[in-house]
Amino acid sequence: MRKMLTIISGALRGAAARNGAQAVSEGTRVVVSSRTYADFTPQATFDIKKCDLHRLEEGPPQQALLTREEGLSYYRTMQTVRRMELKADQLYKQKIIRGFCHLYDGQEACAVGIETGINRTDHLITAYRAHGYTLTRGGTVREIMAELTGRRGGIAKGKGGSMHMYTKNFYGGNGIVGAQVPLGAGVALACKYQGRNELCVTLYGDGAANQGQIFETYNMAALWKLPCIFICENNKYGMGTSVERAAASTDYYKRGDFIPGIRVDGMDVLCVREATKFAAEHCRAGKGPILMELQTYRYHGHSMSDPGVSYRTREEIQEVRSKSDPISMLKERMLSTNMASVDELKEIDVEVRKEIEDAAQFATTDPEPPLEELCNHIFYNDPPIEVRGTNPWSKLKSVS
Amino acid sequence: MASLVSALRSARSAVSVVVRRELHGTPRASMQVTVRDALNQAMDEELERDERVFLLGEEVAQYDGAYKVSRGLWKKYGDKRIIDTPITEMGFAGIAVGAAMAGLRPICEFMTFNFSMQAIDQVINSAAKTYYMSAGLQPVPVVFRGPNGASAGVAAQHSQCFAAWYAHCPGLKVVSPWNSEDAKGLLKSAIRDDNPVVFLENELMYGVPFEMSEEALSKDFLIPIGKAKIERQGNHITLVSHSRYVSHCLDAAAILAKEGVECEVINLRTIRPMDVETIETSVMKTNHLVTVEGGWPQFGIGAEICARIMEGTAFNYLDAPVTRVTGVDIPMPYAKILEDHSLPQIKDIIFTVKKTLNI
Repeated sequence: MRKMLTIISGALRGAAARNGAQAVSEGTRVVVSSRTYADFTPQATFDIKKCDLHRLEEGPPQQALLTREEGLSYYRTMQTVRRMELKADQLYKQKIIRGFCHLYDGQEACAVGIETGINRTDHLITAYRAHGYTLTRGGTVREIMAELTGRRGGIAKGKGGSMHMYTKNFYGGNGIVGAQVPLGAGVALACKYQGRNELCVTLYGDGAANQGQIFETYNMAALWKLPCIFICENNKYGMGTSVERAAASTDYYKRGDFIPGIRVDGMDVLCVREATKFAAEHCRAGKGPILMELQTYRYHGHSMSDPGVSYRTREEIQEVRSKSDPISMLKERMLSTNMASVDELKEIDVEVRKEIEDAAQFATTDPEPPLEELCNHIFYNDPPIEVRGTNPWSKLKSVS
Repeated sequence: MASLVSALRSARSAVSVVVRRELHGTPRASMQVTVRDALNQAMDEELERDERVFLLGEEVAQYDGAYKVSRGLWKKYGDKRIIDTPITEMGFAGIAVGAAMAGLRPICEFMTFNFSMQAIDQVINSAAKTYYMSAGLQPVPVVFRGPNGASAGVAAQHSQCFAAWYAHCPGLKVVSPWNSEDAKGLLKSAIRDDNPVVFLENELMYGVPFEMSEEALSKDFLIPIGKAKIERQGNHITLVSHSRYVSHCLDAAAILAKEGVECEVINLRTIRPMDVETIETSVMKTNHLVTVEGGWPQFGIGAEICARIMEGTAFNYLDAPVTRVTGVDIPMPYAKILEDHSLPQIKDIIFTVKKTLNI
């Protein structure tokens, strides 16, 4: 962190006075880089893909401004999600994580881009592919991994698991496909009701997009002008079923019918950010809900029990990795405009790796929750109750 | 909280003595209130008391409620707090749950609980389980209310009792009021409860007037969830029931009293958590138990009571097996004669009592 601040302050200083580079003291210089901060571009503008529009006269801008600071931050966060998911893969194969594990690698630009387009005081809800969002919404890698391994230091004390992680203004993590969408509209209703100019980002996948309850929700959200950004993360496959085999219309951004929609390149973090900002403005202006379809891709199968190659080719996966990887895209942008150095990014990689290793270490050594916790958290704000165990003589205690 | 509850309990027992005396003379401070009006009062008071409370459901606003339970509320509180929804149960139940997660206190009305099946995933998976799954991070203070069980002539798809279905699930509280006092006190408690509550009303009871004491008419009258009430004392046999069938039990008890059989009638008030202790204490006194419910027999409320009695101390006090009086194990027919014979009648209760007592 200190190093990061040093880099940033150095860059700013360097930008202000080109000749002042020599004035920077030895102690603050990044050890690995032989270049000075004055060399780095403080910010650059990038062209981003035009979004397809539905019921909108104009869409998000086609250029995005990225500062060095932002770039490094997005890079770090995306890399953290990536490595965290890969570590989860490893732990799952070692049977240290069990049950469901739906990995998010490949889709990092969505979670990171969305978060940068809204405020921390806004709200967000998603389905079960939720580890990335738990992180961007304030969870730590440690508590996420410990939840996956079912330990007491987990974000839900080990009682929720992969699909049930929560933070402030983040409502999980939901296991029932599509059920989170009405919930999200309900959160948006609460935002409007309480008059705090907040909104709710409500995510679902291409598989869920055909759920009836989502159309029920579109109707009510539009009717009552709820400040809800519906976001369909279209990763082209609902478990093993490709979008063409599941949907009569794969234009998910149009499926909201009377709700305006945007189709966004979900592999480009800047495109996602700009679209989210655009959508947020729409909601905050009181115009009601809006729909975003993020075209993205998951490298892993649906879950850890799906190798992910029976319904798609390895060539397809490889092609996306080489041509559209969100982290690579950002990296190239930053390097090509001299916003960062290769070594600097490598160093971030090293730091991220370490953070993940430490978290994994914690997640594998932290003890499981104590048995006394078994029956707790049935009711909130209630006196303790007795819960029946597996047999009539087993009377267990439950506290709020 | 505990002191308030005990204060209420002692106040109530004092009041019930007064009310009984009054019934023989002319009621003064108390008055006759229908169950419908009692529910209306409860919601009105809670809406006034807490800004975060709001009501949503089909026809609750401008129609004044499909069964007029929410009459006058929209006029008083407006669009923001009384919301008419489209006919999309799964959607609006989910919206209610989401609103509860984000800090509001919604009352979600199902026009009847039959339609709640469309939304049952939101009630169970989104509402009931969330506080546990989040290890205490995310409470869900929502009330799902509406008429439950048989009505009159509405046939199979509109007559099911869901008490057993919802009472099966941890994380939910399930309440089933009988009279006006129950309706008001329990609904207020349900709304103030920070947990998901399924509030099972009964359409046939809506229009029935009951005496309500001055205390029950007051704005802070609460009945604690989880406590049964002994509506009638007796020594020979215990009758346990909930909702409409409490009336049937009391009527049966009155008839049996003439034959010298004194029934103790327990009104469960809450299905989950069930007040087994009150039942056990009664059984230890009377040595006989009959359960009465409108729902189907298999895996029902009576079945649960039997199991609990068997597993507890009261078993040793039984002089006969526990018997259940239930609805007939069939979908509800339409023709009046068939419908009448699909549900427990007073004579069925009397018959079962006599069989149990071997008289």
